[in-house]
Amino acid sequence: MLKDITLGQYYPGDTLVHRLDPRTKLILTLIYIAALFTAIVYAGYALVVLFLAVSILISRIRLRNILSGLKPLIVIVLITGILNLFYTKGEHLLVHFWRISIYWEGVETAVFMALRIMLLIAGTLLLTYTTSPLQLTDGLESLLNPLKKIHVPVHELAMMMSIALRFIPTLIEETDKIMSAQRARGADFETGGLIAKAKAMLPLLIPLFVSAFRRADELATAMESRCYHGGEGRTRMKQLSMALRDWIALAAGVLLLALVILFRRLGI
Amino acid sequence: MTPVLQTVRLTHRYSEGTPFERVALDSVDFSAQRGEFIAVIGHTGSGKSTFIQHLNGLLKPSSGTVLFDGKDIHSSKEFTRQVRFRVGLLFQYPEYQLFEETVYRDIAFGPKNMKLKDDEVDERVREAAGFVGLGEEILEKSPFDLSGGQKRRVAIAGVIAMRPEVLILDEPTAGLDPGGREELMENILRYHDGGKRTVIYITHSMEDAARTAQRIVVFNHGHIAMDGTPGEVFRRGFELIQMGIIVPQITRVMMRLRELGLDVDDGVYSVEQAMAALRETKGGGDHA
Repeated sequence: MLKDITLGQYYPGDTLVHRLDPRTKLILTLIYIAALFTAIVYAGYALVVLFLAVSILISRIRLRNILSGLKPLIVIVLITGILNLFYTKGEHLLVHFWRISIYWEGVETAVFMALRIMLLIAGTLLLTYTTSPLQLTDGLESLLNPLKKIHVPVHELAMMMSIALRFIPTLIEETDKIMSAQRARGADFETGGLIAKAKAMLPLLIPLFVSAFRRADELATAMESRCYHGGEGRTRMKQLSMALRDWIALAAGVLLLALVILFRRLGI
Repeated sequence: MTPVLQTVRLTHRYSEGTPFERVALDSVDFSAQRGEFIAVIGHTGSGKSTFIQHLNGLLKPSSGTVLFDGKDIHSSKEFTRQVRFRVGLLFQYPEYQLFEETVYRDIAFGPKNMKLKDDEVDERVREAAGFVGLGEEILEKSPFDLSGGQKRRVAIAGVIAMRPEVLILDEPTAGLDPGGREELMENILRYHDGGKRTVIYITHSMEDAARTAQRIVVFNHGHIAMDGTPGEVFRRGFELIQMGIIVPQITRVMMRLRELGLDVDDGVYSVEQAMAALRETKGGGDHA
């Protein structure tokens, strides 16, 4: 069933990681990514992995869920790894046959690159697993607020994002329903070649688009009739506020980055 | 006689194997004979919509079987496909499934999928359109230009054009005005054709169910809680109310009279029956 696809993939919980302010988590994720790309040596990587592992442990998100989130990337990780393996030149030759030579440095780079991609995704997965999409957009809006000075429509962008997120489950449900209805009339979405399949999607896509536009129209009317006119002077029901735990978490993040930079300088 | 549709210990779980697992149907045994006219009632989430989607093989049971003419619907892919055409299923708000450029082509979608010859398709489309009262001039229009009620008729014609032996409808009258409701119920009755075809429909309108159906099946928490003639079902009005089902007003009046100590038959569901029941009691009682 389509319903089983996880989108937005938020796993509700009540751990320290869940309770952190979304802004803290966004900034922490950025710091984490910066640290990840600064790390070039073993100690640095170890530190980044440790940071992620501790965060995952606290959040009580099961490792299985993180791994299943990584699954779609297997191909990219493999390709990156293999390319790096063959194209990195170095001093310590390991294997040489025909026109291919593999150096020890190549193995190292390949492993690190693959690791880097996986850590990058795992970190961002943790963010979306522990932060509801609405919190996330609230956090983004608040962080991007300074951009309003240079006329970036921050509120509008955030509103668009929350509406889009809000309608994903609705549209999935709708897709499911239309699909069933057409299958009840003998539509066949599974068999046939690429072109036949694409053609078979029409009875699904057209009603879906029609209904998406209808919903958009209705929502716009509903918002206007409640006097929505953009972000000017709007207050929030849920105010974001930074607590002590947020500052501590941020401090931990800054410490991580500082240590990784230090290790890089020292080259250990 | 082999029932046209039968379920044996039909169980369905949504999102099996995930933390969101939920049992929608729990060991449901049901059978429908050819020619029956059955109303299915139950409050939201009682499993009735899940149930009817099993009857034409759209959903696969988690356990248990669904039989059409005594044969397992999922015995082969080919048979499942055949059953889809022989058991027509009309969803709630079916007007949202229309997609073709013209009404004609939309109605023809089902028959074309049946791989019928062009002239046969043409005959069926015109017949189905006429059946639901759509004029020739509408056939070449875009379905998106029609009114809500007309769109619904097009959707119904799209199912009827497959000439299913069993017609299943999920709240066909929802969102229609009283006139449209009346017409639609008449169409469905006419399709039933005095018992030549089988009709099963979900409804929230107890008045509709009481008036048209020969048999009412009540769903509650994924089980069949009651199954019988309207009289039998409405006699248990108190239980129905506990299941969150609104019984016909006249039945409530009779229930209240009974509570007040008047010995009347409370299995009635029409004003005429109520009058007859009251007359009967009048002889003995001095309240009336």
